[in-house]
Amino acid sequence: MSFLRIENLTVRLKGGPPLLRAVSLQVAAGEVRGLVGESGAGKSMIGKAVLGILPRAVEVTSGRIVLDGVDLLALPPAERRVRVGASCALIPQDPLTALNPSHRIGRQITDRLVDILGWNRGQAEARALDLLAEVQIADPAGVLRQYPHELSGGMRQRILIASAFAAEPKLIVADEPTTALDVTVQKQILKLIAGLQARHGTALLFVTHDLGVVSKVCQSLSVLCAGKVVEDTDVRRFFAGPTHPYSAALLAATPRYTDPTAGLNPVPEAVLAAVRAEVEHG
Amino acid sequence: MVSADLDGRSQIRRRAGVRLWLSAGWLVFLVLIALFAPWIAPKDPLEQDLFAGQMPPFWVQGAVPGYYLGTDSLGRDVLSRMIYGARIALIVAVVSGVLTCMIGATLGLLAGFYRGWVDVLVSRFIDIWMAFPPVLFSILLIAVIGPGLGSIILAIVVIDWTRFARVVRAEAMTQGAMDYVASARVAGRGRMGTMLREILPNVLPIIVVLLTLEMGIAVIVEAILSFVNLSISTDDPTWGGMISEGRVSIHQAWWVLVFPLVVLFLTVLSFSQLGEGLKTRYDPVLR
Repeated sequence: MSFLRIENLTVRLKGGPPLLRAVSLQVAAGEVRGLVGESGAGKSMIGKAVLGILPRAVEVTSGRIVLDGVDLLALPPAERRVRVGASCALIPQDPLTALNPSHRIGRQITDRLVDILGWNRGQAEARALDLLAEVQIADPAGVLRQYPHELSGGMRQRILIASAFAAEPKLIVADEPTTALDVTVQKQILKLIAGLQARHGTALLFVTHDLGVVSKVCQSLSVLCAGKVVEDTDVRRFFAGPTHPYSAALLAATPRYTDPTAGLNPVPEAVLAAVRAEVEHG
Repeated sequence: MVSADLDGRSQIRRRAGVRLWLSAGWLVFLVLIALFAPWIAPKDPLEQDLFAGQMPPFWVQGAVPGYYLGTDSLGRDVLSRMIYGARIALIVAVVSGVLTCMIGATLGLLAGFYRGWVDVLVSRFIDIWMAFPPVLFSILLIAVIGPGLGSIILAIVVIDWTRFARVVRAEAMTQGAMDYVASARVAGRGRMGTMLREILPNVLPIIVVLLTLEMGIAVIVEAILSFVNLSISTDDPTWGGMISEGRVSIHQAWWVLVFPLVVLFLTVLSFSQLGEGLKTRYDPVLR
């Protein structure tokens, strides 16, 4: 029984073209599913639709998002927010804008626990300290008193990860959590997310355009092209041999650092044209 | 383990700055003067002495003892009138500043954060409102409802709320697009809660700067209206009224014009510098 089940989700610009075309995917409890595809394929849109933070110009036209047995799209907005808030969290892409510049770190982690989930202040603070230690921040008590602008990007991303795990959510949407960081920090952050995910048994919807990242943290993945899932498979089978020509081309396009003479292999025009035609006609 | 002290960001220390101290000092001084005017003022500001008209300030030959900064054409004490004038100036500045801020900032915040039809409504309303020429509008308004302290305040509020609304709306929009707002929504905060707890604190520095600027502007507007005789009754001591009276006798008694002008200038300057100073001191993000 999967924790999150998306069925035939279609999302479009109001009065415009579809951004997601009948997307279906499932995430089991504790599973890490990668969402890959090129820019504009609709990867982030799926996460936003689940969490209910789609931009105003975008609307869901059909489909179901079933979270823990309940169709979110059928719920009134307030009820939906409570349900999502209690069981889901977001690790956003840009750590520089994802923390409120006006509040101390401690407040940002604990406020949600206190105001929304009804913990008491002391409990929440103890929890925040534990989590900051878990994301390997050296002086948790000190950092809790700091403002976001006093911390580096890598530190802020650690804090956001800690914050996402704070309320023990069952599902976390990680929206390209390492894209804004430099390569050395990326690796640490990935390790951190994978470690926390495994320890807490959280399901993860991992949005990325980096297949290397997928091979490290994901168990299954959905390949998106032009708003449609073209391949839905597990990671081992994907890297052994993708079935869809588009995903094969995407995999072939991954740069290999072992051979300095090899050039880049962009996805061939013919494959792109074929997959576009396929997506638009069916 | 990662430590926060790897880079120097947390080491930034901000000094309160000379301008914050100077401007705050002047304004505090003014408030004290206004509060204790009856004890400080050497004379009754309304008392005329037609035999002691246009007496110069104390260091000039021919000054009359007791009239430290001289007298105007009707023999009223300039210093005492300036001290009582501070009362009116501060009341106008604070009351109209705060009212303008409350109306403008609230509408701007709602429009910028809720967007949609709320924004359309507020923005079009602002556009229409701003199409009226402001000075004409205020003169007309006071001509209709009659001069007085309340009318001045009303005129300022009615004209200037759009300034707040527009700036705050733009800032709320920028903040609303940030990831931290999305995170708060995911965590389960309602719209109103997100606006008040997440957006408002980040718009506050701009509101404070606008508020202090507005207080300065209010002092000027009051002076302008006094100048065209649309303020409070001409007997009551206002800085604008004194300047307008002093203009007539500038060649015989420059002090009637110059002293209130200097005080007015310092006060307006202090208000704007106070805002900037507070911002550099307390805004968590230096922009």
